[in-house]
Amino acid sequence: MSPKTIYDKIWDAHVAHEADDGTCLLYIDRHLVHEVTSPQAFEGLRMTGRSVRAPDKTIAVPDHNVPTTLDRANAATMTEDSRIQVEALDKNAKDFGIHYYPVSDVRQGIVHIVGPEQGWTLPGMTVVCGDSHTATHGAFGALAHGIGTSEVEHVLATQTLIQKKSKNMKVEITGKLKPGVTAKDITLAVIGQTGTAGGTGYVIEYCGEAIRDLSMEGRMTVCNMAIEGGARAGLIAPDETTYEYVKGRPHAPKGAQWEAALAWWKTLFTDEGAHFDKVITLRGEDIQPVVTWGTSPEDVLPITATVPSPEDFEGGKVEAARRSIEYMGLKPGQKLTDIEIDTVFIGSCTNGRIEDLRAAAEILKGKKIKEGMRAMIVPGSGLVRAQAEEEGLADIFKEAGFEWRLAGCSMCLAMNPDQLAEEERCASTSNRNFEGRQGYKGRTHLVSPGMAAAAAITGKLTDVREMM
Amino acid sequence: MEKFDKITGIAAPMPLVNIDTDMIIPKVFLKTIKRSGLGVNLFDEMRFDRQGNEIEDFVLNKPQYRETEILVAGDNFGCGSSREHAPWAIKDFGIKCVISTSFADIFFNNCFKNGILPIVLPKDQVDVLMQDAEKGANARVTVDLEAQTVTTSDGESFSFEVDTFKKHCLMNGLDDIGLTMEKAASIDTYEEQAAQSRPWV
Ligand code: SF4
Repeated sequence: MSPKTIYDKIWDAHVAHEADDGTCLLYIDRHLVHEVTSPQAFEGLRMTGRSVRAPDKTIAVPDHNVPTTLDRANAATMTEDSRIQVEALDKNAKDFGIHYYPVSDVRQGIVHIVGPEQGWTLPGMTVVCGDSHTATHGAFGALAHGIGTSEVEHVLATQTLIQKKSKNMKVEITGKLKPGVTAKDITLAVIGQTGTAGGTGYVIEYCGEAIRDLSMEGRMTVCNMAIEGGARAGLIAPDETTYEYVKGRPHAPKGAQWEAALAWWKTLFTDEGAHFDKVITLRGEDIQPVVTWGTSPEDVLPITATVPSPEDFEGGKVEAARRSIEYMGLKPGQKLTDIEIDTVFIGSCTNGRIEDLRAAAEILKGKKIKEGMRAMIVPGSGLVRAQAEEEGLADIFKEAGFEWRLAGCSMCLAMNPDQLAEEERCASTSNRNFEGRQGYKGRTHLVSPGMAAAAAITGKLTDVREMM
Repeated sequence: MEKFDKITGIAAPMPLVNIDTDMIIPKVFLKTIKRSGLGVNLFDEMRFDRQGNEIEDFVLNKPQYRETEILVAGDNFGCGSSREHAPWAIKDFGIKCVISTSFADIFFNNCFKNGILPIVLPKDQVDVLMQDAEKGANARVTVDLEAQTVTTSDGESFSFEVDTFKKHCLMNGLDDIGLTMEKAASIDTYEEQAAQSRPWV
């Protein structure tokens, strides 16, 4: 048998039908659903009289729209259209009998944080969600795709996805990371190298010592942003770290089933000599704490650098860089550490897990945020929030002057009331710095949680290593 | 789904690279539970100022591009979120075909589900089409899906690749779900086998 990558193995285990031209029906083990990309899909089912084929494999949670202020139980905190979307999800979950974590449930949170936390996401699975950051689940050695609403409807009705196989790409991070460098810096550094289209048509396997050394939280951060590099999915082979995280979760297998599952999971690695269509290698030692200066996630530079000039680029990127620099209100040659910040947002499915909050607390302990700074921490789930309170992190945040919020997507995409004002500048632990992403004409710099915390204290983009 | 066969129409140039789905349809318009009516908000923040007035020099606001049916765009068009609202808005505006050197994966797939044809061509050919599109309403570009060709107003023709299955569905306006349901027996068999081999799922 020819050697296979982990992607090949998971793919082969899920092909329910293959047509002559290679178009496959890929069986889906877990389908995650949220309120923004699903209403039209459920409406489609109703219109055609179809049902949900596997409700027990379908899990829904509202996250994009929900307010994260402490008074959110009060319906008036939501706009009319947001409320309609959340109510539609309530109703669809009930009507079609799918698993559901409503806003009132302590387990509610960002869909990509709730799935793994509840043990829905397991190694070797196929996982889809009508959301591009589904790639997050690849951290478990699962094949996880973001899909559009038509495909959501397709999966609801058939539990399969029409797919052709992608190409294999290996991203290896060798050696050890330096202090102050995190999973966020790895994933941004990779995109800085490949560009936002570098992964188009590929499924990425992240490997190497620096990846192996990461916790599950860190691995989720890395895979989360595979989509920003254009990849269809990103994944990491499961190992002891993975099994330890999964074991005992509410929906993880137990007893004899656990043993059987484990035996299979242990076969999920890339065979010696397996073919990759593209290979990228970065030395862990070379990665520095990074920050984005522009309006594309590929606009990445080490925090010690200066704002580039459009002339530093080639082709269509010259105009894009000129537009970015103008939009961001920056000057070529300006030191990144001289950029003043108005707002700090710590949260999102990229960096809203307990380890991220611990990293922020580490920097914030005993300190105060700069006067006039707007700073908020939005935990990724109700359970993350509860744990942070138990560990005393919440007190550190509150004493430092941060708002301590309830779980949701919040200012990651600013669909709820948490938005940047025009030209307001934010250090954010989320994943997209697109124009208008965090509010009309808002300016976003993507950073790690430690860097975000450091910026909150100094009021400027700051090298976290100076505060450690 | 509406069938796609052959169109001859106005092509608009949008040379900017990395046009993301937040630009195509900003999130404030995602709070709908319908698929229709999004065309008026296509490229909203580039097209209108805060007061809702049209921004004159945005390409689709220029008189010669109001009836655009084909978009010629810079690299990596449609990157970002999975929102199908992006192709819904494009379709609702009246655009049926987007041509670029590359597309983001999810967006590319979403187009086919909505009767939009995304075409990938090499850089030099996209450049020729971009120049042709610059000429405005008098220059009509023809896209023939059956023949898999794009023809400029000067009669220069380029062939493009398209997945056979996707082409078939687009040309016949077929609904994926219906087609997959015809294979229900295969899915049943797969499920039975998986229940044995991976019972914990
Ligand atoms: S946190 Fe942000 S990126 Fe993640 S699912 Fe929510 S909106 Fe999408």
